[in-house]
Amino acid sequence: MNSINAYLIIGISVLFILGIKLLASPKTARIGNLVAAAGMLIALLTLHKPTGEYVWADWTFNYTLIAIATVIGLIIGAIGAYSVKMTSMPQMVAIFNGAGGGAAALVASLEFTKPDQTVTTFLAISMLFATLIGSLSFSGSIIAFLKLEGKFEKPYTFPGQNILNGLVLLVILGLCGWLTFNTTDGNAAMAFIVMFSLALCFGVAMVMPIGGADMPVVISLLNSFTGLAVAADGFAINNLAMVVAGTLVGSSGTLLTLLMCKAMNRPVSNVLFGAFGSSGGASAAGAGDLAGKTVKPIQADEVAVLLAYAQQVVIVPGYGMAVAQAQHQVAELSEELGKRGVEVRFAIHPVAGRMPGHMNVLLAEANIPYEQLCEMEAINPTMDRVDVCLVIGANDVVNPAAREDKSSPIYGMPIIDADHAKTVIVMKRSMAAGFAGIENLLFYKDNTRMLFGDAKASLNALVAQVKAS
Amino acid sequence: MDPNIPNIIFIFVLAIFVGIEVISKVPSMLHTPLMSGTNAIHGIILFGGILVLADAASPLTLTLGFVAVVFGSANVFGGFMVTDRMLQMFKKKKK
Repeated sequence: MNSINAYLIIGISVLFILGIKLLASPKTARIGNLVAAAGMLIALLTLHKPTGEYVWADWTFNYTLIAIATVIGLIIGAIGAYSVKMTSMPQMVAIFNGAGGGAAALVASLEFTKPDQTVTTFLAISMLFATLIGSLSFSGSIIAFLKLEGKFEKPYTFPGQNILNGLVLLVILGLCGWLTFNTTDGNAAMAFIVMFSLALCFGVAMVMPIGGADMPVVISLLNSFTGLAVAADGFAINNLAMVVAGTLVGSSGTLLTLLMCKAMNRPVSNVLFGAFGSSGGASAAGAGDLAGKTVKPIQADEVAVLLAYAQQVVIVPGYGMAVAQAQHQVAELSEELGKRGVEVRFAIHPVAGRMPGHMNVLLAEANIPYEQLCEMEAINPTMDRVDVCLVIGANDVVNPAAREDKSSPIYGMPIIDADHAKTVIVMKRSMAAGFAGIENLLFYKDNTRMLFGDAKASLNALVAQVKAS
Repeated sequence: MDPNIPNIIFIFVLAIFVGIEVISKVPSMLHTPLMSGTNAIHGIILFGGILVLADAASPLTLTLGFVAVVFGSANVFGGFMVTDRMLQMFKKKKK
């Protein structure tokens, strides 16, 4: 590596770090993304081979293939990025992450199976690690994508599943161990292919038992996995920029995963191996206290009056709003109430929707100023003064069972104290349970009214009624 | 042992701490864009694909290298574009 190249890599690393840093504030986030992209472009244009020669110096047939492949990827990426609906963003991230994982696995495989080379133990471990992690991230991301698309959303479990998965993992690790020291053995290629296939299966087996609601955590975890696989590839082909970028993603992604689990008050192990919500017993837990209690329905015109003459309104959006694509109607309602002098705030639970920040993205798309979006910790102490709390398609994140019912599986999860408001209006399609599969005590509270129906239709009715009143 | 290895591991370890440090203060509203942004950054695997495909010789390695570059390219370009599209939404309300 010549010294100019070394300085370039320092500059590129700084751009990546600055980019992530700027992404941390709403005001600079967009610039941060562009800074990181600029770093990537510079890195691409100045790419050097491990031997030190400039990659773009001579143009052979292979470079024509590189150009074609890059353009194909660019077109796929652009179409995906610009055609996807805002509500389907998490799926898109899952797919791009899967592509990255697949690429990492392929790069490592090709390096590992390159003929006539002596692979040191360190390099062999790097390549095997990248293959293993990259391929399980690839297949795991595809399953996560399908689950978010609504295909086999329910956790898929069978007895002894964790043991079987554990055995598969042991076989994979055993093969990796053997391959590390037998890279030139006649059977190495075969063992490698078996290991690769098992790793793909393991990715599927790892994500299948996890419910659709936990996919954000899974995607975040797989994102950090891909980062680590890329870093290992960087070791293998001696590219420092890849090591730095991959490691940054690996460590920040791991922290992000832990933050997400913390917001749900569940350890990572519980998300990955708990198959939470699959046991029918969970819904029975809170049901005993609810005997004899009924929910109180309400009509849109009454809600409109309550809202129009309230002083403070808090809206709690959830995944139901995303499904109904109702964010624009929510914005319209909020604006209409604002005109009447009602103070409207949005309470955003850290894990509302399918990804942390999912609600923020949707509400921002509907042009709701982010000053109106409040985090859970900020809004909870003020809930007692709120006249009307409007819960739109949120369920588990407002369930008081998390505070009151020690037997509830979500006990201890931080929630938005919607029930502390003077009146709670819950907009919901039916009485079906939330993703955690448990009864929501909030629906049965004395100050709660249920507004049944499709969120979009109900909101349209509300907007019309508020305008009229 | 390759004298380069301790240096690379040194950089690796430092990068772990930098990665944790830079996102420890991110508000949760930016978690999705952040995940998407870091997702784009690991699209740097495109370079790995390019380097591998540049030296590929057999039809099999050419094909697999080609697929790797397509995947990496989709990851890096799609990742940055989708993040930008998300963040466009965070602009202040136009009057």
